[in-house]
Amino acid sequence: MDVVEEHDIQDKPTKKKTKKPKKQPKPPHENGNDSMIEKTEPEHVDAPAEFSFPPTFSVSEIKNKQRRHLMFMKLKQEKRKKKKKERDALGDKAPPKEVPKTIENQRVYDETTVNPEDEEVAFDEGTDEFSAYFNRLTNPKVLITTSDRPRGRTVRFCNQLATVIPDAHVYYRRGLALKKVIPQCIARGFTYLMVINEDRKVPNGMVLCHLPDGPTAHFKVSSVRLRKEMKRRGKDPTEHSPEVILNNFTTRLGHSMGRLFAALFPHDPQFVGRQVATFHNQRDFIFFRFHRYIFKNEKRVGIQELGPRFTLKLRSLQKGTFDSKFGEYEWVLKVSSVLFLIYYQIHVKCCTSKRYAISP
Amino acid sequence: MADKSQVCSVWVGSETGILKGVSLSKKQAFNFCEMSCLSRDQEVCVLGWGDEHETEVLVGSVNGTVKTFSTEKGIFTETRQCGESTQGRFTGIAVTDSALITCVETGLLRVWKEGSTDTVEINAGTNVCRMRQNPSQRNQVATGGKENGLKVWDLERPETPIFTSKNVRNDWLDMRVPEWVRDMSFIPDSDKIVTCTGHHQVRVYDPASPQRRPVLEAHFGEYPLTALSLPANQDSVVVGNTHGELAILDLRKGLVRGCLKGLAGGVRGLQCHPSLPLVATCGLDRFLRVHSLEDRSLQHKVYLKSRLNCVLLSSKDLELSGSAVTGDVEEVKEEGGEVDEVWDTMEMINDQAKKRATDEEEAVVPGVEKTTKKRKVVK
Repeated sequence: MDVVEEHDIQDKPTKKKTKKPKKQPKPPHENGNDSMIEKTEPEHVDAPAEFSFPPTFSVSEIKNKQRRHLMFMKLKQEKRKKKKKERDALGDKAPPKEVPKTIENQRVYDETTVNPEDEEVAFDEGTDEFSAYFNRLTNPKVLITTSDRPRGRTVRFCNQLATVIPDAHVYYRRGLALKKVIPQCIARGFTYLMVINEDRKVPNGMVLCHLPDGPTAHFKVSSVRLRKEMKRRGKDPTEHSPEVILNNFTTRLGHSMGRLFAALFPHDPQFVGRQVATFHNQRDFIFFRFHRYIFKNEKRVGIQELGPRFTLKLRSLQKGTFDSKFGEYEWVLKVSSVLFLIYYQIHVKCCTSKRYAISP
Repeated sequence: MADKSQVCSVWVGSETGILKGVSLSKKQAFNFCEMSCLSRDQEVCVLGWGDEHETEVLVGSVNGTVKTFSTEKGIFTETRQCGESTQGRFTGIAVTDSALITCVETGLLRVWKEGSTDTVEINAGTNVCRMRQNPSQRNQVATGGKENGLKVWDLERPETPIFTSKNVRNDWLDMRVPEWVRDMSFIPDSDKIVTCTGHHQVRVYDPASPQRRPVLEAHFGEYPLTALSLPANQDSVVVGNTHGELAILDLRKGLVRGCLKGLAGGVRGLQCHPSLPLVATCGLDRFLRVHSLEDRSLQHKVYLKSRLNCVLLSSKDLELSGSAVTGDVEEVKEEGGEVDEVWDTMEMINDQAKKRATDEEEAVVPGVEKTTKKRKVVK
């Protein structure tokens, strides 16, 4: 008797998978005894109910992972339907929908976020090192070089960057000191010096120095994808000046960085070329993408990714031209707190996992 | 404007030319400037107190003007032209007996006397980075700069300095050690001067000793030290460098006692409070921070939108701490009163001899304080 009942209970999940009507004929089919027929009848009555599990049964007790997963999915669907019904029943009086918590909306408000109407910041930006570019007094001219003896990947990256940035010239480094290169660049009218640093045949750093007397930013470069490695890419970029999109550069430091990137490109984009360079800042990482767009009709746009893609993370912003030893830093990434957090999280995870292992 | 400036306990000068006053108790910052005529050549280079009672702030700008700001009235009361922008930026400003002392980067140290146009001029060498006045002997000033060692001048004898430092011996490769004095400070109650250099050294000089070389040398970090200040208690010094690292160094042995964390940009201005264990720092990251020296924790952080060049702390207590102290004292007195009532009843029952003594005391000294004395006597 007990065996039969358990058999029925265990069969019920599988029966849910297969067609439901089959369930009803099954119990009388298995039990041929007359004495059993009486018991099957109450089960027959119970069968349409489908949920006659013992009260302490929970989904997590099913040992089979597939069946457990299916049972859980069913449970969640039922809960969602029930909740929706209740919400519809309440109608207007329903409580407002809760907004899910994300990292972005849980963040502490940064007090250095720039208010667009702030006079002091506007004056600061109107008279800083980039004011010559933003007042249309100078046109950008970029010198791209690398660290000494670059390998193939870095060289190709520099060449591709030169096609993306108009009026960019690539020069071989030949072991020259940057402090001696800078006065020569200024004399020849360059406005930017970009040095791609290489480590183990892969570009991993960038120093971007605004030339007359401007700030020097040092970035960590990661995830470099050259044109060959891009999927579904379009033809090579043309000589037209691209449009520039700068996303999420909201804080005061972000504003400085945004102006630094904007001043790399000529003032007026040539819309004929339909090319756009995007610098998207999210969680302190700056993602660079280069696309060509085409408007299919007023509402739909098609984009093709051309050109290299890479991510940047700011390591330091130094006031003045490149001088890592004696220069004054406006912002420095202090790594110690980040490392502490990482170690703390690892430590906490170890402790909690030990606790689970010990308890029976 | 006047009430705003009277509350401010910290004054900061910015690169945009705005003098900012910060009230830490009210947690507010105020800009004191004329917004219409802002320009980069009014960038504040130096700040100093105009008088002993700290009612006037002297603001030195890049274009050579020195403006006097009155904290009581809240306005700029006076402007003086003390040199041109071609002569370099101001590196130090001080006041003695109604005379204004200014020093510029090209080394021209001038004493501007009130009322007369002629000035006493001293040539302090080239590339002067800082000029500071001795707080105890007001006519002594110290200057130092790049390849220009520490010199102490007496303004009454402007021809030669009273102390010229000598560079340290050649290093282990027998090469001359470069010197670059960035900031200095006179140690109170002694003749000694402590300097911080652009080659991350902190040196102590003693003019009283026969050696002109530094008496103590300490190193901190790998980056140039830009600012230095002495806290209220002796034997330590707070330094800041271009990477935003602040450290407290012990002057007895020259070891690092601790670091103050939080700064992200180079330190441009640093000052310790004259009596409380607090230090205020301002820098290129556009924040004013006040740290406590005892537990090295950040007490206040204020975002001021421009890059900051110099900071000036007033000697008055920050109002919050002041009111808290008075509150505690009152509570203690009240508690003493209640407890003493209990003591009164006890004494009257127990000892008659002691009671006589306490009665005499009561007669002699009136007020609440006597009860505390009484408790001590009984114990």
